[in-house]
Amino acid sequence: MSLKIKKGIPLIDQHDKNGMWGGKFGGNFVPETLKKPIEDLEKLFSKLRKDKSFIKERDYYFENYVGAPTPLIPLNQLTDHLGGAQIWAKVVSENPGTAHKIYNAIVHCLIAKRAGKKFVCGDTGAGMAGKTLAMVAKKFGLKAKIFMGVKDIKRQKPNVDAMKKFGAEVVPVTSGSQTLIDAVSECMRYWVANCLKSHLVVGSTVGPNIFIKICGYSTSQISRELIVQIKDEFGKIPKRLKLLNVCGGGSSSYGFWSSFMDYDKRQVEFVGIEAGGPKKSKLHAAPLTNNSKIGILHGAAQYVIQDKDGQIGLTDSISAGLDYSGISPLHCFLKDAKRARYTSATDEEALNAYKLVSSMENISPSLEPAHAFAEAIKIAPKLSKDTVIVVNSCGDSLKDRDIIKKRLGSYVR
Amino acid sequence: MKSEIQLAFEKCRKENRPALISYTVSSDPNKEKSLKILKSISHHVDLAEIGFPFSTPIGDGSDIQTSSYRSIKNGFKIRDIFQLVKKYKKTNYSKPIILMGYYNMIFNYGENKFLKDCKKSGVSGIICVDLPWPENKNFAKKCKNKSINFIQLLAPTTTKDRIKKILKDSHDMVYYISMLSTTGGKLKVSPRKILENYKKIKRINSKKNLVIGFGITDKTIKSLRSADGLVVGSLLCKTITNSLKMGQNPVTKLDKVVYNLKNKIL
Repeated sequence: MSLKIKKGIPLIDQHDKNGMWGGKFGGNFVPETLKKPIEDLEKLFSKLRKDKSFIKERDYYFENYVGAPTPLIPLNQLTDHLGGAQIWAKVVSENPGTAHKIYNAIVHCLIAKRAGKKFVCGDTGAGMAGKTLAMVAKKFGLKAKIFMGVKDIKRQKPNVDAMKKFGAEVVPVTSGSQTLIDAVSECMRYWVANCLKSHLVVGSTVGPNIFIKICGYSTSQISRELIVQIKDEFGKIPKRLKLLNVCGGGSSSYGFWSSFMDYDKRQVEFVGIEAGGPKKSKLHAAPLTNNSKIGILHGAAQYVIQDKDGQIGLTDSISAGLDYSGISPLHCFLKDAKRARYTSATDEEALNAYKLVSSMENISPSLEPAHAFAEAIKIAPKLSKDTVIVVNSCGDSLKDRDIIKKRLGSYVR
Repeated sequence: MKSEIQLAFEKCRKENRPALISYTVSSDPNKEKSLKILKSISHHVDLAEIGFPFSTPIGDGSDIQTSSYRSIKNGFKIRDIFQLVKKYKKTNYSKPIILMGYYNMIFNYGENKFLKDCKKSGVSGIICVDLPWPENKNFAKKCKNKSINFIQLLAPTTTKDRIKKILKDSHDMVYYISMLSTTGGKLKVSPRKILENYKKIKRINSKKNLVIGFGITDKTIKSLRSADGLVVGSLLCKTITNSLKMGQNPVTKLDKVVYNLKNKIL
């Protein structure tokens, strides 16, 4: 049975009373202890969404603190070099925190303030979510605790330093594969024990239903800006528009697409690019591309990498931010509803894309959006000149300088 | 007909003591030893919970995590737990077995197949950490149809209204989580406070066998002996870990620890 998307309603609200999209993705598979805190958060969030003063406050910070809108720029050199479709970039990495993570961080901190909480806790993979949460928490006078896998602490040092500079406590996670998946688990465990005083910030559109909704609500700012910018630039929505976005947990891509949801996919195509991992490795972080089975991870049903027995599988990606075995239930729904197309790029393709884009253009995407650029480079030459590709450049390469130096010999920003 | 679980509680009540419930992880430290452990501690416990380990256990502290990862690393497969129970139930002093774990393992195995294999091997009850009420309604009903107890959980955060609804959908045994913590945390609430909450639940329905778990060790167990039952898990997992580290036999070590626990609540 194919799933249908309703028009005129945000996708984040198209779940049933059990919190599930399409009756099979999402939900609230949590220990009993968390039921009440989650229910409280659901009530508060649904109230705040209708509260004009809350929306005003959100928009105030988006405009004056984030500096919305982020630029939409043509990548002329790259377009000329490849021939074919026009390639543009939405430079979300211009944000404070150099990624899209600031939207979710601000909304969560505003909610935490309204809930009377003084502490926030969050998970981080690449450290973008952690760094940004640390920064925003500091601004709002909240104390932040950030859970991060030991493997990621080593490979994303600049972000760890930044978190500490903002006064956050970085909790090293030594269990399991010591990456994002374990950081999310450990952060949830912490919340189980501290749910009354601490507010949980899940760093992506994953986790129990309400966290998917809050994150998607927050990152939607990206496409609210983009749809205006595109109409300004082209006078209307182009006949052939392709929105390319990397997918780890799926928060940037949901936010990049949400305002375009009701367009026919032949006009506005969504392409999600997952992490294919090292070229010769069997490990990857691409559950949608590789047709993983449905499973339950971190409170939600989703397509997830797992073995025959149901043990969650390990992933391997050059991008710490993509090293996650699951994927947002929103994307599972978009895949099954056939609204979005998902594919993957390997570590090597991402590195090459980073190199090409950085050398030709005035932007320097991190290895996460480099996966999306890899797909743009792949498809652009085959497309007509009136096709417009927009890539969400949702991270800056600076955090990856050590990895890039090691793999490519040098780092030029 | 009364369930094995119900009978176990009635026996303890007659002896004027709480039921002692152990929790160990299947295939920890390996298949053979986990069966030996189970057989040996059965002389002291009234019911035995066996964990089916999951790679991403969000409700467990470090002791149970360590046991779970060790079991998975040693090649645990879900079918192993049914073999373990089958062999164990053949011993004539066997106690009612409760399987405990995370929903993905059941979901993946298939709810119906899981219950069928539970029934075949002699499982009496199931605890599913991340399948709360009302999400568990359907599965709990399936359990009941197979005469398997689906054990509902209650926490300090559970509201009174919710407690009523959950109790209504519960079977013979209900599990009260003593405090806001993952398993194995230090008891950060006074036993008096825990028992106060416990009594509030009992006042709503005194017939349900209500057990307390989380943070129970040889040091705290005595102060909670007025409960219908007490679960000890992390302490046992930690004992296995420590005895492996010291090159000792976990079977005899665990037997001593559980014997000691039992003596404290007699």
